Amino acid sequence: MPETLKIRVLVRPKEGILDPQGEAVRGALPALGFEGVRTVHIGRLIEMEVESADEVDAMCRRLLSNPTIEEYEWEVVS
Amino acid sequence: MGGGLVRIGVTVFPGSNCDRDALYAIERMGEEPVELWHAEADLKGVDAVIVPGGFSYGDYLRPGAIARFANVMGPLEDFGREGGPILGVCNGFQVLCEAHLLPGALLQNRHMRFVCDRVRVRVETANTPWTAGFEGGEGLTLPVAHNEGNYFAAGETLARLEDEGRVVFRYLDNPNGSVNDIAGVCNEGRNVVGIMPHPERVSDPALGSDEGLKILRSVMVGAGV
Repeated sequence: MPETLKIRVLVRPKEGILDPQGEAVRGALPALGFEGVRTVHIGRLIEMEVESADEVDAMCRRLLSNPTIEEYEWEVVS
Repeated sequence: MGGGLVRIGVTVFPGSNCDRDALYAIERMGEEPVELWHAEADLKGVDAVIVPGGFSYGDYLRPGAIARFANVMGPLEDFGREGGPILGVCNGFQVLCEAHLLPGALLQNRHMRFVCDRVRVRVETANTPWTAGFEGGEGLTLPVAHNEGNYFAAGETLARLEDEGRVVFRYLDNPNGSVNDIAGVCNEGRNVVGIMPHPERVSDPALGSDEGLKILRSVMVGAGV
């Protein structure tokens, strides 16, 4: 059996890109009484199990993120 | 070409929902509509292709992100790079951006609401196969129906689009927060056009208007028919 690697990919809007979801949540927090929230940005967490990490970066570039508007980072969790 | 029927293909992905409207609009122009099934890497010799609206593959991950890798996209990308006329409408526009046939990306609407309305747009250039029937500067009223129609391109790309006259349609009343009120753009070769509003949904007076046909008819002008 090939080994199984757990990969965690984090995709988020690039700095300066409009993030309507983040803005909405930032607006909602004070409405619940949570003060002092200056910015909120919302991204996406992708967890995968793979046999090799060799192509994870290519997966991130070609499908998991859109480099025009998003940046990504990934790590081997275990 | 001269005289023959123009054959216009319409790609069909799981979740496309404006494909039938596009096929109908093509038929109404007296031209030959050709369905192009996503799983077949074959454009069936068509003269032009419409990538229709809808929610291809459920819009999972990002709108257009999965459709972009469908089998039909290989020959479609070649067709586009060789100068073949392609029109991406709504989700089709998103697919063409994801496939890098068009620059930029379509973000979530600024106000985070799905917008379903009729909007005024201005045809900014007649210099594409899909606007060749216009003079440039005309207004059109077209339906919009989208959640991710907020066009974005980074500074340098945006400046190039403007400088090279590649903003093809502009909103007169921006419904989604698009940068520079952009409703449609074209590629460097000007043969691939993406538009967020739906010309195929106004292709019959019974639907309230057939203003959209002028966009679809333009491609016949370009084909010399």
